[in-house]
Amino acid sequence: MLEPLSITLTIAALALAAVVVGYVVIDRRPDRTLLAALTLLEAGLVAQCGIGIWQLVGDSVEVSAVTFVGYLIGALVVVPLTAVWAVGEPTRSGTAVLVVGLLVVPVLVLRLEQIWDAGG
Amino acid sequence: MAEQVTQARSTRSGPGRVLIAVYAVFAVSAAGRSLVQLGTKADEAPFPYVLSAIAAAVYVAATVALARSTRRSRQVAWSAVLVELVGVLVVGTLSVVQEDWFPDDTVWSRYGAGYGWLPLVLPFAGVAWLLHTRRAAATTRPAAQHDPADGGSTESAPPR
Repeated sequence: MLEPLSITLTIAALALAAVVVGYVVIDRRPDRTLLAALTLLEAGLVAQCGIGIWQLVGDSVEVSAVTFVGYLIGALVVVPLTAVWAVGEPTRSGTAVLVVGLLVVPVLVLRLEQIWDAGG
Repeated sequence: MAEQVTQARSTRSGPGRVLIAVYAVFAVSAAGRSLVQLGTKADEAPFPYVLSAIAAAVYVAATVALARSTRRSRQVAWSAVLVELVGVLVVGTLSVVQEDWFPDDTVWSRYGAGYGWLPLVLPFAGVAWLLHTRRAAATTRPAAQHDPADGGSTESAPPR
């Protein structure tokens, strides 16, 4: 795995989760700035998915391909899906839904690293 | 107005939205994990893998039932959440007492310690939410004022 990207994604997702918690506390709805930040994070996750599959095909590592790709796709869809679910609830609870999605990202990235290291 | 629809407070509104999101995460991860386990190495540890599959089914049922939020799905949600509660307690205890029965982990092993204890917290949150929305349903009927927004707004106001 590309370690700098994994670390960046983990820190970005945790930082964004903290920001969104702040939004929930002061009862503020997601705005354009937050949406832009989420989009940026998603771009990083798309890159991770591409690089991950590239490395899986290229390297002759003993990585469980199904599990690895499953986690890559999971990390790819979790933020957009929670965003859609969040939009359906125009209260602070809806905003809090984003926190759930953002906290799942670091877990998935960590698991990807573990699966990759176990196979390498 | 659509009185019969608003009799019970929707389980998919307010904090329920967050609860369903967490349930969905567990539904997807448990189902995915279980499919991989049963599909690629079912004979390695059949007992925990079957338990994983049951857990996955329970999470999927709870997620869908809470999200649908009809009268019928409320009953399904109750069943799912109670099976989940019994499951995490029984499997959690078994995994501690009969360690050799579990060559591999399930979601509910050691009361879900591998998943940040969330599998232990989740069924209690589910029961609490189902009770809360039922009570909200009982109180909204005479008042006939159904607040679709977060019901906790008046409760959470500071005392001064």
